[in-house]
Amino acid sequence: MIELLLPPLLAGLAVALVAGPMGAFVVWRRMAFFGDTLAHGALLGAALGLALDVSLYLAVVAVCLGLAAALTALQRQRQLASDTLLGIVAHTTLALGVIAISLQTGIQVDLFAYLFGDLLAVGSQDVIGLWLGAVAILVLVVWQWRALLSITVNEELAQVEGVAVQRSRLLLMLLLALLIAGAIRTVGVLLITSLLVIPAASARRLTHTPEQMALVASVFGTLAVLAGLAMSWFANTPVGPSIVVAASGLFVLTLLRRPA
Amino acid sequence: MSEPLVNVQSVSVTLGGNAVLSDVSLTLAPGRITTLIGPNGAGKSTLARLVLGLVSADRGAVHRRKGLRVGYMPQHIKLDDSLPLTVDRFLWLAASGPTSARRAALERAGVAHLRRRAVQQLSGGEMQRVLLARALLRKPDLLVLDEPAQGVDVAGQNALYGLLKEVRDEMGCAILLISHDLHLVMAATDEVICLQRHVCCSGSPESVSRDPAYHELFGPSAGTPNLALYTHDHDHDHDLHGDTRHPDHHHEGPCNHD
Repeated sequence: MIELLLPPLLAGLAVALVAGPMGAFVVWRRMAFFGDTLAHGALLGAALGLALDVSLYLAVVAVCLGLAAALTALQRQRQLASDTLLGIVAHTTLALGVIAISLQTGIQVDLFAYLFGDLLAVGSQDVIGLWLGAVAILVLVVWQWRALLSITVNEELAQVEGVAVQRSRLLLMLLLALLIAGAIRTVGVLLITSLLVIPAASARRLTHTPEQMALVASVFGTLAVLAGLAMSWFANTPVGPSIVVAASGLFVLTLLRRPA
Repeated sequence: MSEPLVNVQSVSVTLGGNAVLSDVSLTLAPGRITTLIGPNGAGKSTLARLVLGLVSADRGAVHRRKGLRVGYMPQHIKLDDSLPLTVDRFLWLAASGPTSARRAALERAGVAHLRRRAVQQLSGGEMQRVLLARALLRKPDLLVLDEPAQGVDVAGQNALYGLLKEVRDEMGCAILLISHDLHLVMAATDEVICLQRHVCCSGSPESVSRDPAYHELFGPSAGTPNLALYTHDHDHDHDLHGDTRHPDHHHEGPCNHD
């Protein structure tokens, strides 16, 4: 049993750990819909990876980064609100991804696994890749913490105080794209944002500083992964949705506590 | 005279098709307090933002001394409630360093008791003083304050301008102030620049208050005797709440304003 559960457990924990601080930024900067859009684009990336026979992670990261850059450029125009733009881009890329996957001939592709995750299928190779990515993201976030937090609090103050605002914003998007590419195997394209947003939202009521919130979010994410895997194991439910339901359960529990 | 910190030379700025500043020049030197006055929409904030590097010039040039450390106190900032942030952590973002430095900066701005409070819970006046503390914490060569007296009562404003003079004397920094109230600012400023998209008049507060261009801009009431210049004499001391501060009475603990 443990050999069977260990890779999914380790993979889930790597994602949950990073989703703490990254999810906090998503909540603070109101980027939930943006994360969703990147995630939907990730499906298109996965389809392209399969079609071109290149690494799935590489293709997903490339498409996510391209999307992030395109969205930043599109947001400069003022006629359409950014959520309208995101709605257009998110669902266009999702539709294109589904079409591209259905066009693959000869390969049996499990669309469901991409949409809702297939954590139980990850191998030891994936686990190593996920942990390398997780450590890289965490190191960068900790190293650039003050700059990232400064631009989140107020971009103009940050710029006056010498923070490279554009570079920091780009870094944040890049890290988010990396995380989403990794997380596609755990909870799938449609549920990734929840793993970012729900633990961070749960942590908000219990914390007084940004650092505490990021840390507590990681803990909540970890608990959700453990509970979701257990639920999946004993009740034979799909893993991705089980993790999300567990995270939501934790969120409801935090609502019972008076806000900090 | 020492090298200027910032030199703005015949700058024009257009924002959204509107000429906001045209042919404006300004020099900021260490140890001098310069005040920008002018009606709403005169381009005061834009000129300050130009000095800060947040706006770029369409014509003309802005020279900043290399390695210039700037402290900026914006009019107000909006913080999302989803971000848990104490005043102490907010100050840490401007300059890492020991807690004692942050405590001293807050003390200087008269809000030491707010250090552990959540930034979102501060009143407008408290937030202003916290922003001032954050600017001071950076030990700036240049301090830029946008309408610092907003939401502060008259006694508090006097205390604030008194404090700015002290800061200038201690740190030797240049200070650029934006105000629409000339009278209170007068006593605490070396140079006044009267702005209405271009520089209408400039010079010492006394000379500007006698300038016809100033009266044209602010109307006939601008120089009436009952609004005489305020000169701050230091036989006693105010804190920023406007209370008189006695040397043997230490002001401590949270103030309960109802």
